[in-house]
Formats: sequence, structure tokens, C-alpha cells
Amino acid sequence: MSLRNVGIVYRKELVDSLRDRRTVISMIVVPLLVMPLLSIGMGVLSITLVGVAMRERPKVMILGGEDSPRVMAELDQLKDVRIVPARPDYNEEILNKQIRAAVEIPEGFQAKLAAGESSTVKIYLYEGELRSGFGADRLQRFFSNLRDRIVRQRFEERQLPANLAHPFDIVQKNVAPPEKVGGEILGGLVPYFVILLCMTGAMYPAMDLTAGEKERGTIETILCSPVSRTHLVFGKFLMVLTASIATATLAIASMAASFGAGKKILLAFTNGVAGPALQISITGKAVASLFFVVLPLAVFFSAALLALSIFAKSFKEAQSYISPLMIVVVLPAVGAILPGVELTPALALVPVMNTSLVGKEIITGTYHWPLIALIFLSSTVYAGAALAIAVKLFQREDVLFRT
Amino acid sequence: MIEARHLVKRFRDKKRGAVCAVNGVSFSCRPGEIYGLLGANGAGKTTILRMLATILAPSEGTAIVAGYDVAKDSHIVRSRVGFLSTATALYGRLSAQEMVEYFGRLHGLDEPTLRRRIDEIFTRLEMNDFRERRCDKLSTGMKQKVSIARTLVHDPSVMIFDEPTVGLDVMAARNIAGFIRECRDNGKTVVFSTHVMSEVEKLCDHIGIIHGGKLLAEGTLPELRARYGIHDLEDLFVKVIES
Repeated sequence: MSLRNVGIVYRKELVDSLRDRRTVISMIVVPLLVMPLLSIGMGVLSITLVGVAMRERPKVMILGGEDSPRVMAELDQLKDVRIVPARPDYNEEILNKQIRAAVEIPEGFQAKLAAGESSTVKIYLYEGELRSGFGADRLQRFFSNLRDRIVRQRFEERQLPANLAHPFDIVQKNVAPPEKVGGEILGGLVPYFVILLCMTGAMYPAMDLTAGEKERGTIETILCSPVSRTHLVFGKFLMVLTASIATATLAIASMAASFGAGKKILLAFTNGVAGPALQISITGKAVASLFFVVLPLAVFFSAALLALSIFAKSFKEAQSYISPLMIVVVLPAVGAILPGVELTPALALVPVMNTSLVGKEIITGTYHWPLIALIFLSSTVYAGAALAIAVKLFQREDVLFRT
Repeated sequence: MIEARHLVKRFRDKKRGAVCAVNGVSFSCRPGEIYGLLGANGAGKTTILRMLATILAPSEGTAIVAGYDVAKDSHIVRSRVGFLSTATALYGRLSAQEMVEYFGRLHGLDEPTLRRRIDEIFTRLEMNDFRERRCDKLSTGMKQKVSIARTLVHDPSVMIFDEPTVGLDVMAARNIAGFIRECRDNGKTVVFSTHVMSEVEKLCDHIGIIHGGKLLAEGTLPELRARYGIHDLEDLFVKVIES
């Protein structure tokens, strides 16, 4: 192995790629812009939208209740809902978002309450629709308060202690520090984006340095130089890896910086409600560890993308091979974000998913060293195999001169 | 010196199955000579030249180029060969100088030697005005000069040209013809392929007529004319391939 030749090829590819607008966009601009946009922009946008929905006075409909004037009068006093006249097509109105919710007061509700009989109040809503949920919640709160008040009255009338129906309290106590809570909530997103950008950063240079060379007719030029094809692949591979790592590093740096800057804005927007979710602290140790586990994955992506692109006759063909690969990468990366999915020795062998899972743990400050070692080892094996395939393909005339 | 010995190249083609692009071609070319491979499109010229330049490996047979076997010592052969064809394009995002420097370094030239060679070649080919300009911004003639500089930077003893004038205007084609003659006058071994009869008449010391992957006739132009009794090269060529 002549490191000199690999270095010459690498340096040329680096200069060449840095002069290519598309490579610079995918390697530098995307991670630097996408991260602040996602972490601050999307955060502010979603919080603003939720805030607007919360501030809205939802239109609700009362069905029945003509024989329960006291309850109706109390409902009329509610300031956080707007009561509209009852109509039989309340279902359609909820679905069409003309009203947010409806409540059905059973016949003789007030009389039954006075007689101590049980009855059921039905609240109609559009489940999953945010504003309908807020409307239903307000009605639910009103009737819960009414029920509690009636229970208290009945206890007082019978001179029974108020805690008769409340013999003990149940309190959940969080033992996790705030950064772990935040890590569990948002931590999965960090490795997900890093993995995704690691791949997208490598994509364009991999296609440009192989299929692009075939298309531009420079492959034959370089093949008639004395550099061996193995050195050529290694030089190109190092360039693709540089792009992948640069993209991932910029993504991590940009994410840490924009999250730090955006935290105050987000806390102000949520009046501190989002506090626990925003308590992620991406420490130096976490960044270094994340880089350590992402590195073999970046090697794997770079080599695999290079191998696929070498096979393609043209840039367009390479794109058609690589675009579906995005789904193959996104699925296991997303799998790690799903609630309840935890790192096990078996999952430590699943490429991409293992890195995503361990990345999530690292962000929350958990370090399972034996599993980290297993992930590093398995990812290195996959990366080595992909690189060997890329080198092998570059030796084949039927691949290099595919027509 | 080039000595092709029973070169054979087979490909697998999805539509046509096994294809024999070159079938037992042998010829030799000495230093200070120009050997012209004359043939129609698809005759096998490019495949022969790619095998001589070690871009493709022969299926059978071999060739000795500058004293080295193309199959066994391919990287040494490449360091002694300058290969120019219409398919050897330039890196558009590199400047003319960077392009030549890159290949000089790949050929193992040290920095002082590389600087000296580049200055010599750029001056000789009148390229100093555009040495810093990106290759994708150059005219066809300028690009051709950069390609020539790229093939010369390591001072190869063997030059291989695959249809070097295709697509060039008259002036650029004349420059290439002049450059090929200069290579011969400097004692280099020169092989070039073409289907342009006038180029063969002007440049070649020896001619090989190739068709269907086989070398059908070989000799100097006077020898071939005498053998077939035809003076016009085009008529001679047609007669050879039809016979």
C-alpha cells in the first residue's frame, strides 16, 4: 500500500469536490442550516401552533340538559369555551371542525344527582385532533369538578370525613436527573439526525467520484496513470469519508450550538412547561463517544455508497440505486427512536439501528461499554466488508467499462 | 518498443453473449517509428490500444511495452506510456496546471522535477496564458493541449493515441499531427489508431489494417500498395477488408 499515492488521489479529490457547489451544499450548508432550522425553527413553530390552539376559545355544543337548569347555568358561565346552539348533526360539525366538541347531558341529570342516582355524561370529540382535544378537556374538567363538588356535599350532608373516599395518595417520583429525562424525550433525535446526515454527506461525493467520473470520461484518464486501482479506491473512499464525517461533525456542532441558543427561546415560548424536555446537555464526553460509535458507520456508508456508485454507468443511474437506500437506512434509525426499543446484544449487531440506539443512550449519559465495544466491532466488520467490495468492483473491467 | 503477441480480448455482452473483440493480433513497433492501426468503427482498435496501455487485461496473449509485460507489470508499463484518446477527458474543476501536476505526482515525479517539466511543456505548447484556468472553461484546442501535457509530463518512451483527432477542427488536428511527428523524432515509440486515411498517409511508417478484431494486413505504405496493386489507400483498405 503506497500511502503517497493514496494521499495524492485524496488531495486531488478533496480540492475537486470542494470546488463543486453541490458537494459543498450537502457537506457544509445542509448540516449548518438544517440543524438550527429543525431544533429552533420547528420547535418554535410547533410550540407557537400549540399555544395558538390552547388560547382558542373552542366552540362546544350542549346536547340535552333542558331539565337541568342549574348545570346549564354553570356551563353558561364558563369563560374558556363558547357554547353554540344544539343541532342534531353535531357529529358532522365536529368532524368538519365547525365545533370542537359536544357534551350530552342525560335526561333528568339534575334530578338524578339530587336523588343520589348515577348517570353518564358523554363527551364527543375528534380524537387526535388537537383543538378538539382541548375543547373536550375543558368540558371534562368542568364535569369532573362538578362531580367532586357533589361528592364533597354528600359527605358533608352525612357528616362523613372528606378523606373517606380518598384513603391514600399515590405520587410518582422521578429518580432520573433532568438531562436524562430530556435525553429520553429528545435524545433519540440527535443520533438519528447524525446518522442521516452522515449518509447524505457521503452520497453526493460517492456518486460524483465514481459514476460522475464515468459520465465525464475521466475514468479512463485516471486508469492510464500508474496508480493502482486499490490506491485509487482508497483515495476516493477517504474523500467520501471526509465528506461524511464533516457533515456529521458540523451537524453535531450545529445541533449543540443551536439547541443551546434556542433553549431560552423555547422555554420562554412554553413558559417553562417544556423545561424537562429541554434539559439535554450534550457534554464533551457524549460528543466524543458519539463520534467514536458513528465513525465505523460513516466508514460503512462511505464504502457501501462508493461500491454502489462504481457499479452505475451514470450519475442518474447511481441516484436511482442510492435513493431507495435512504429508506433502508432511515427505518432502523427511526426504529431506535420508537418508545420501548432498548439496546440488547442482538440489536447491537443490527447495522444503523445499533448506532442509533447507543447514540440515544450516550446522549442520556448511559454508557454500556461492552455493548458499545460490540457495536464498534460489528460496524467495523460491516465497513471492512463494504470497502473490500468497493475495491473488488474497481478491479472489474465489466463494471468500470459498463455500457 | 511495443511487441503485441497474439492479443485476444473477449467480453461478455448481455445481448450478444460472448464477443471476441480482438482475435490474435500481433505486431511490433520500434522506437522512432509510428505504427498506425487503421480500421472502421468497432474493428477492435480501441480495445487493442487499451490492452497496450494496460487499461484492459488481455484474455489471451500478451504485449511487451517498453520492455515490460502488460499482464505482469502493468503499473510499470503505465509509468512508461503516454495514452491519449477522445475518451481521456480532463477534470473540469482542476486548472490546467493542477491537472498536469496531479498526473506528474501519480507518476512519482519529485516536486523540483515536476516544476521543471511543467514549465518546459507549458512553454513548448504555449499554455502559459491559461495555466491557472479551470479545464471546464477552456476551448477544445486548449483542452487538447492540456491532454497532451498530461501524457508528456512523465516523459514516456511509448506514446499511444486512440483516434486523437476525432471531433477536432483543422487547426487542432494539425497540432496533434505535429505533436505525433515530434514524438517520433524524439525517438519515442508511437502507436495510433484512426479511420482517417489522410492521417495514415501523412504520419505512419507502418500500417496495420484491422477488421473484426483481426489484423488483416500489415506493412509500410509502399509495401501494401505493391502487395495489393492499388495506390489509393481508401481503395486498398476496402479491398483488404472485403478479401
